[in-house]
Amino acid sequence: MSENLNEKKRRLPVGLLVLLFLGLVAIPGGWYTGITSIETVNMLGRYMCFAIVAIGLDLVWGYSGVLSLCQALFFSLGGYAFGMFCAHHGGPEGLIDATGWKLPACFFVVYPYQVGEGPTDALVPWFWKLSWYLPVAVLLGLVIPGLVGFVIGFFGFRSRVRGVYFAILTQAITVAAWNFFCMNNMKFCGTNGLTRFKYICTTMHPPGTKCAEYAPWDLSDPKVQMTLYLATLFCLAGVYWLSIAITRSRLGRVLIAIRDDENTICFSGYDPANYKIFIYVVAAMIGGLGGVLYAPQMKIFTPEYMTAKWSILVVIWVAVGGRGSLSGAVLGALGVNLVYNFLTSRAAETWPFIQGLMFILVVLLWPDGLMGILDRLRLRGIEFKLRFKI
Amino acid sequence: MTTTTENIKRPADYQLEGPKYSGLWTNYFLLYLEDITAVFDGFKALDVEAFGVSHNELRVIIGPNGAGKTTMCDVISGKTMPTTGTVYFDEAEITHLSEIDISLRGIGRKFQTPTVYDSLTTYENMELSLPGHQKLWSNLRAKVSSEEHDQIMSILERVNLDEQVHTQAKYLSHGQRQWLAISSLIVSSPKLLLVDEPAAGLTDSETELTAELLAELKKDHTLIVIEHDMDFVRQLDSYVTVLNEGLIMAEGTMKEVQENPEVVEAYLGR
Repeated sequence: MSENLNEKKRRLPVGLLVLLFLGLVAIPGGWYTGITSIETVNMLGRYMCFAIVAIGLDLVWGYSGVLSLCQALFFSLGGYAFGMFCAHHGGPEGLIDATGWKLPACFFVVYPYQVGEGPTDALVPWFWKLSWYLPVAVLLGLVIPGLVGFVIGFFGFRSRVRGVYFAILTQAITVAAWNFFCMNNMKFCGTNGLTRFKYICTTMHPPGTKCAEYAPWDLSDPKVQMTLYLATLFCLAGVYWLSIAITRSRLGRVLIAIRDDENTICFSGYDPANYKIFIYVVAAMIGGLGGVLYAPQMKIFTPEYMTAKWSILVVIWVAVGGRGSLSGAVLGALGVNLVYNFLTSRAAETWPFIQGLMFILVVLLWPDGLMGILDRLRLRGIEFKLRFKI
Repeated sequence: MTTTTENIKRPADYQLEGPKYSGLWTNYFLLYLEDITAVFDGFKALDVEAFGVSHNELRVIIGPNGAGKTTMCDVISGKTMPTTGTVYFDEAEITHLSEIDISLRGIGRKFQTPTVYDSLTTYENMELSLPGHQKLWSNLRAKVSSEEHDQIMSILERVNLDEQVHTQAKYLSHGQRQWLAISSLIVSSPKLLLVDEPAAGLTDSETELTAELLAELKKDHTLIVIEHDMDFVRQLDSYVTVLNEGLIMAEGTMKEVQENPEVVEAYLGR
């Protein structure tokens, strides 16, 4: 009863182990033996990106009690940073601009010229040039969402914007970003988004040279897709592990205390704004990582993910899985998307109803989502054992 | 009344000799309020000319509902900014500091309704109150040292919460929550403890234990206790300040205060 918490044996992260087993053994095994198609592996890889994003929201919403409706924006920023890299090196050889940079194929919405007839002012914008090299693109995919998250968090939490007001604020920012990215003259390729992804160049070759000459990874190659799937799995496991470490530290307990009673924790000398900014930035970077991994597996990245719908979807994944539980976030993201995938290929018209029903049931009956139901079943099991003295 | 309250070293005319006049106030007072007013929408909730609490004193503030007791606590702890006036604490002015800075300087507070973190266990509630790791980065790696652990456990044993160490706070009874709130306050070892209605909603035996606890704390802490319950205040046996309609109406031992006709009027004449 009175053991020191530090000495208390840490619970095994069962969810993480199950995930690693299924992801590392079952799925690749199925692929090598021909049971699972590469399309399925690719699909699971993309859904695991969603699971990464969901973990980020769970840290912010489930643990710290801050409902943020721009997790999908961070995902999109990561996706755009890496998508630009893919667009640089993908597609047919398009226009070469006056400075020798190849204009990505999706730029036809901005510069509708044929090869050889582009004027001198049809240039690759400076912010595109940042994403030329692979490590830089990945780094930007993490840093930009982190910075945006910091700015939102700094002004939002410092000014003590809370609850539904913060949700509305973040939703508005997401919609504003969507409008921004949709505009052709912002040179983010408009509503068509970033397209014609073909390669991931693992070598650092200078701008203007052709990726195909440096033995790149071809995104349509099943082995590359398998590699991306495994990379996503490891990232998911890493993010999961990091989140476990955060939530089990004293900092994690401060976050829960902030969720329970933010006003009181000030009187213990904690500044809740700092803690919320920290976890918000972590969540934003996790969201960005999801986007970075998603873009090459989807082979297209459009502003669609910045619509209000997607941010709400992330909330639904976490709510269905069980907020305040990391396994719940992963389970919810994978589960809801697998159900979606199953239904769209059979009875697509029923999906909106199922989705709405899930959300209503979670709100009305199962506030702790699937993990809450599992917990309740486990308690029933213990009760049963006690009653019948098994 | 016993002699304990008379033993407190106090200048005879401290009402007149606030910090403004004497440079020596810190010899007498840990906390000093000077010309404090708090006005909400034209309503003067608090109007205190001078109020000082000595080192290692237990001061009880009583007064009818709406007398400004909690507002006074809010002003001291930084929850409310006073409209005018100055708050001095531990040789410094703290009037315009935030509640976070004030708490870091050593004023701890227990609210009227016991505020504990429902999803955390009793032990985790205590852990968060430990002083020293309130900043983000040191918090990430903070661990409970064995001395801190022993301290937590001894306090929890004292208030009979040792069976509930790993119970989530939402499953505790009202009395246990009160004690947990007080225990958290004690473990944070502030220089000044503001205890707002520690006996609210407690049974008689629980009230008695709370009074004992506060009397023990009195030995090496400075406390301000706000209380309604007169029997409880009598048990505490200490210097009493009576607030009424935001003003300090009387100060003295419980006996003196009870014989004050104005106080009797304010309490009974309504």
